[in-house]
Amino acid sequence: MLNRDEDILQAAETWQKQGHGVALATVVETWGSAPRPAGSSLVINDDGTFLGSVSGGCVEGAVVTEALDVIASGQPKMLEFGVADETAWNVGLSCGGTIRVFVEKVG
Amino acid sequence: MKLETLKELNAERAARRPVIVVTDTANGEQRLVKAKDIAADPLRAELSKQLRMGKSGNVEADGKKLFLNVYAPTAKLVIIGAVHISQALAPLARSLDYDVTVVDPRTAFASPERFPDVPLVAEWPDVALPPLNIDHYTAFVAVTHDPKIDDPALMHAFDRDCFYIGALGSRKTHAKRGERLRALGAKDSDIARIHAPIGLDIGAVSPSEIAVAIMAEITAQLRLPPKEKEEAA
Repeated sequence: MLNRDEDILQAAETWQKQGHGVALATVVETWGSAPRPAGSSLVINDDGTFLGSVSGGCVEGAVVTEALDVIASGQPKMLEFGVADETAWNVGLSCGGTIRVFVEKVG
Repeated sequence: MKLETLKELNAERAARRPVIVVTDTANGEQRLVKAKDIAADPLRAELSKQLRMGKSGNVEADGKKLFLNVYAPTAKLVIIGAVHISQALAPLARSLDYDVTVVDPRTAFASPERFPDVPLVAEWPDVALPPLNIDHYTAFVAVTHDPKIDDPALMHAFDRDCFYIGALGSRKTHAKRGERLRALGAKDSDIARIHAPIGLDIGAVSPSEIAVAIMAEITAQLRLPPKEKEEAA
């Protein structure tokens, strides 16, 4: 009830209508002190433009890169970021939590 | 997510109707469940629990791992009466993520100096309330102590099926209020929905403590399952 950042879903619909390829990335699971709760989402278009947040800034860059793959392939992907994960170490989830992010194409 | 699903999701959100998107995260299969369809859904227990908590989460069903993404409208709090209690209640409710509006036709009370950063409507309820689009996801609190203001406001709240309706006043005051509201056409079931005396009984004395008692009662109404809600009341 108290989610305030959902206008990005309207943006996803608008981008799609304008002919953009669009992906939706959603936090589906968190452990430890993850910065954004499950259900938080990010929308990305094929220009690499994105709106919203899945981690408060730590892993958005990596998610956008993966999202561009998903837009191209049409196949959904599950991403995991955490301090124990080498990739996540590289992109730096500084809070020490772990998150799983589901990335899917829109349309 | 299919474009049709996204369009439907956005339309439900714009209409302030709750909706849950169920995703099989293994293969991306997805369906959208509207609030009105939850009762007939095979996942009704899980769906209604997540919706009540306003929380997204994972469940296992038929060997599938499903993600339930809950989209619930932002709750509103409408406060009738720009009084001392409201000065404490408005910022507390905002910290709990409610969209707060204060209504009081008395401009000496409804002044921006007394209510910085809170939307104020210095009009009588018949003018002030219809544009606020009060709905089920609204908590409604009448605290002016003035029947000329509180009573018509409460009639509007009954009509809009607010999830919480509270009114200031002792049991005696409330009994008299019941008689007046019946004369205005309220049903007994409407009057039974008013929480009065307002707020959980925590021995609140100061306006700020009364504000805490009111928000505690509103939170219980929002989050507890129906049976435990009866026990808390």
